[in-house]
Amino acid sequence: MMARKIRVVIAKPGLDGHDRGAKIIARALRDAGMEVIYTGLHQTPEQIVETAIQEDADAVGISILSGAHMTLVPRILEGLKENGADDVLVVVGGTIPREDSDELKQLGVAEVFGPGAATSEIVEFLQGKVPVS
Amino acid sequence: MATTEDPRARPDGTAEWKRELYDAKPEREGELFTTISGLDNEPLYTPDNVEIDYDRDLGYPGVYPFTRGVYPSMYRGKLWTMRQFAGFGTAEETNARFRYLLDHGQTGLSTAFDMPTLMGYDSDHARSLGEVGREGVAIDSLDDMETLFAGIPLDGVSTSMTINSAAAMLLAFYLCVGEEQGVPRAQLRGTIQTDILKEYIAQKEWIFPPEPSMRLVIDMIEFCAAEMPLWHPISISGYHIREAGSTAAQELAFTLADGFAYIEAAVERGLEVDDFAPRLSFFFNAHLDFFEEIAKYRAARRIWAHELRERYGARNPRSWLMRFHTQTAGVSLTAQQPEVNIIRTALEALAAVLGGTQSLHTNSFDEALALPTENAVRLALRTQQVIAHETGVVNTIDPLGGSYYVEELTSRLEAEAYDYFDRIRKLGGVVAAIKENFFQREIADASFRYQHEVEQRQRIVVGVNRYQHEDEEPLELLRIDPALEEKQIGRVQALRSRRDSAAVESALARLKEDAAHDGRNLMHPIVEASKVYVTMGEMCDALRGVWGVWRETPVF
Repeated sequence: MMARKIRVVIAKPGLDGHDRGAKIIARALRDAGMEVIYTGLHQTPEQIVETAIQEDADAVGISILSGAHMTLVPRILEGLKENGADDVLVVVGGTIPREDSDELKQLGVAEVFGPGAATSEIVEFLQGKVPVS
Repeated sequence: MATTEDPRARPDGTAEWKRELYDAKPEREGELFTTISGLDNEPLYTPDNVEIDYDRDLGYPGVYPFTRGVYPSMYRGKLWTMRQFAGFGTAEETNARFRYLLDHGQTGLSTAFDMPTLMGYDSDHARSLGEVGREGVAIDSLDDMETLFAGIPLDGVSTSMTINSAAAMLLAFYLCVGEEQGVPRAQLRGTIQTDILKEYIAQKEWIFPPEPSMRLVIDMIEFCAAEMPLWHPISISGYHIREAGSTAAQELAFTLADGFAYIEAAVERGLEVDDFAPRLSFFFNAHLDFFEEIAKYRAARRIWAHELRERYGARNPRSWLMRFHTQTAGVSLTAQQPEVNIIRTALEALAAVLGGTQSLHTNSFDEALALPTENAVRLALRTQQVIAHETGVVNTIDPLGGSYYVEELTSRLEAEAYDYFDRIRKLGGVVAAIKENFFQREIADASFRYQHEVEQRQRIVVGVNRYQHEDEEPLELLRIDPALEEKQIGRVQALRSRRDSAAVESALARLKEDAAHDGRNLMHPIVEASKVYVTMGEMCDALRGVWGVWRETPVF
């Protein structure tokens, strides 16, 4: 039996317009055989939670380069929990200082990918963490 | 000659040299020899494979087609303006950073606004949560602008403001601060970005749909032509297009195409091209591929001069001049071994200077991680000062002019740009091409190709995919105090309770009324509203009510 496809929502929270990384990741995950839903820009945490649930996502990849990560990411984690979707794997990418990334991981983010991370690294991480059979 | 028996000693032309001598040794394998944008490079350029008509293609500095520079004396007359982009927290923090930079020899100011300001939301709006003062300074009203420029006489500086969707409001605030200081608007010097087309294409900080946005841009161009003759109402920007992942040729072509679109819209409004074209300015990226960047600036000047004179019929030679600001490539900075970014930035800055820039921002080495610290900014400014005063590159104008390689690359980038102009025209122009996602797709493809090349190690990024160094010490980073958001929210709410609310209501009503009617220049009601402390967010909300908002259908 063929393994099902991993479903990933790539999300851009807040007012940040930097979408280069999000688009590269979205395409790389798609090329690696995943089902990718890209939210587009300027999403509220509530909209991202709603998309993750509606799309029955295995993982949410949050791309954020605006410095607002310590406000917006915890709200997404809380929203998922409140909706009983805290099994969704949450990863974050962007310009995140080390201390903040440690704190985000304590709050439940599975991994934080900083500038220079290879797409292959992210693909392997998701393949390793999401059960597909 | 001793070696005349060896036919390879004097090859008969470049083709024979390549066949007989060059190809005799294998090239290194692995890394690409194309430019960072993917353009082919021959191993050697000579008169055999480069055709230069000196008078037609190069000419003299300050003389059409300006390939060699827009001014006759270039840096021997006046160095470029060293203009470091700054802004964070509230107006008070940024005012202190401005004064620090002026004290350290900076010659112009450049303002970075936070995301809510760029997107037309006041600091106390729900969408602003967590973003206030993070990536720039929060400016909600004239009240904040007064604080931002406190103690800085506006007749003594030129100021650049990086804002687009809400540019009209910020220009109005600035003009009001000037008038409060006793400086008439006609004497204010500076630039406001205003380039909305590249927002849809690349930077993605938009509010309204393209058509009303274009109207606002032309309102500003028209207003400045009449009332602010020393001000640049727009800075047509390739910087963000490049940062979003475009090639050098795309940056060049899309930026100039945007410039043509503004000219056509202004002419359609009834302006004469020579009444506004001398005040149009440009903004380019300085990326790492040294010669490609220099060629890009040279090609940009030549194309602009040619199109302004030949296509748009400009008669004033000042209309033909492409003057531009440059910023080193933020996207080339690495979070790994960040000190290496000082070297990258220095090389990029050198390319900008050799390309004849009029002003320059050098990035700080810590910016792949956060907004820069004061020390990092000072070092970035020092980089420019070393280039200006220690390297000698300023002593001769366009010192790379006549290099076979640089001339060939200049002509090739020019040809690539014209190919794009044709494609854009066939799509129905820039706005139509935006709606078809043409630019967005071209950029996404280019950025994906580059990322792939890096991951395949066909491109080496020092410290990232080679020469890594484990156990790096974390840098001291600038932290934006989260309390500043609360402080700013307090400021705007206090303003709302103390201002004349009847005057606010009537100013907003007039703005909406004028927005609903084509043919009324909105700068006038926006200036009036600013004077009675209507906030930027309230003005944008009023216009959202009339015009609606823009939504992109994203492609990847």
